[in-house]
Amino acid sequence: MSGKVMTMKEAVASFVADGSTVVIEGFTHLICFAAGHEIIRQGRRNLTLARLTPDLVYDQLIGAGCAKKLIYSWAGNPGVGSLHSFRRALEGGGGLETEEYSHFGMVARFQAGASGLPFATLRNYAGTDLPRVNPNIKTVTCPYTGEVLATVPALRPDVTIVHAQRADKNGNAQIWGLMGVQKEAAFASKHVVVVVEELVEESLIRSDPNRTLIPAPIVSAVVVEPYGAHPSYSQGYYDRDNDFYVAWEAVSKDPAALKKYLDEYVYGVPDRAAYMKKNAGLAERLKAKPLMCAGVNYGY
Amino acid sequence: MATEYTPSEMMAAVAARELKDGEVVFVGIGLPNLACNLARATHAPNLVLIYESGAVGAVPERLPVSIGDPALVTGSLMVAPMTDIFQYFLQNGRIQVGFLGGAQLDRWGNINTTVVGPYEKPKVRLPGSGGASEIAVHAKRMLVVMKLGKRAFPADVDFITSPGMRCKGKSRKELGLPGSGPVKVVTDRCILEPNAEGELELTALYPGFTVEQVQAEVGWPLKVRAPLGTVAGPTAAEVRLLREKLDPQKLFLKG
Repeated sequence: MSGKVMTMKEAVASFVADGSTVVIEGFTHLICFAAGHEIIRQGRRNLTLARLTPDLVYDQLIGAGCAKKLIYSWAGNPGVGSLHSFRRALEGGGGLETEEYSHFGMVARFQAGASGLPFATLRNYAGTDLPRVNPNIKTVTCPYTGEVLATVPALRPDVTIVHAQRADKNGNAQIWGLMGVQKEAAFASKHVVVVVEELVEESLIRSDPNRTLIPAPIVSAVVVEPYGAHPSYSQGYYDRDNDFYVAWEAVSKDPAALKKYLDEYVYGVPDRAAYMKKNAGLAERLKAKPLMCAGVNYGY
Repeated sequence: MATEYTPSEMMAAVAARELKDGEVVFVGIGLPNLACNLARATHAPNLVLIYESGAVGAVPERLPVSIGDPALVTGSLMVAPMTDIFQYFLQNGRIQVGFLGGAQLDRWGNINTTVVGPYEKPKVRLPGSGGASEIAVHAKRMLVVMKLGKRAFPADVDFITSPGMRCKGKSRKELGLPGSGPVKVVTDRCILEPNAEGELELTALYPGFTVEQVQAEVGWPLKVRAPLGTVAGPTAAEVRLLREKLDPQKLFLKG
């Protein structure tokens, strides 16, 4: 194997340092839990974690003691309830630093970072309490119209980890289904780790270039870990494990249950393949039905 | 004979009637999603559903549990990156209707989904804004779907996550907010609408409820608009669609 392909262990060891700003993006879709688990296994500390929706992956990282700060815009368990490690860390002042935006604010921060600009403007936050609790939300007067607009600072993560359906060995990554802010987060980052369901030939990528969201020149590492996004999903590969999200409520609510989960499914396995072996029947239960698109003619 | 229905079914049906065929709607999970899909199955087959996750013209064949359910993508008209959703669709005024709910809503229609108690040391930490604050700023017609309750409807919210008709004395115009703000609040007993000053008042009652029963669940002295309107219950067909097709497992039609 050549190109940028490495194991998750190598990728995390190389690109996720103590104290760094880490983004594992993916909006409901393609959230790389495999990377979160490896960061926990390697015992990273004092991380600044940024993501629109911390989701279960950051709840696990917070619960495992990896996080110093969280930058986010919606912290819940979608359709279920709360992220209890996160809430424990906040209610009663648990010591987790936070910096809170709206989704649009986070999207704009990534976009400014990806564009090489110091900040982004948006029309929002007037009348709300968000600027009062987050001094990084400021305003600027438009030099053309005089309108006062909100600004948010560019976000420039040290590393962004993106799960994708497929990539070639150099990191040309193709994503379909919900794209979230993966592209913006990747372009904003100093390093990008692409984790894929399937490693494919460059010729296959070249046969459908419109589907490439993240190009090789910005990618530092490619990791192949099928089912690496479970319990999130990968369109066309496996469905979201909604049962897992429902069950997480009880696990994260009870610190002892959380510890047991981490011991068994994170510390207790070396990688995603072993995790899948431990979760017998999971792949069969969630496997996506085939529903192919029509295809297009790239000829000229 | 009158159709039997639950409060949630009534809320979904009332919200569905607010939608016109062909409109572009920014949809949230839960009752708003049921309302939109009920409207699509009845009087508004050409409703364009947009979810903040990026699905445009979604036709979910199963009830989405999360805002990013894969069923929103399959068969949709477009999948857009979130930058496009917030900038080109929402901020650029391409969304006709937006739906919101929350933990608290006050007499000016401000919504709190951030904290109960002080921000620095919250009694209850809620999820936060998500896309709610920008929907409240930009939707051309914003609807709220929320169950009444003394704690849920205080005179002033603990934290303004999403702006209503008036924030700390300032009107939407003074604040430069382009959208309508909450023009209708669909509850489990009645409908509230803002008056000229932006204060929410009681404008219509559901069958079987009195003004007193509504006031008992609202934390400010509620003005009652004359003449007070009435709202018909859901039809048998609406109830059947909701129970048998749209939410058979009662994920969101609880109570």
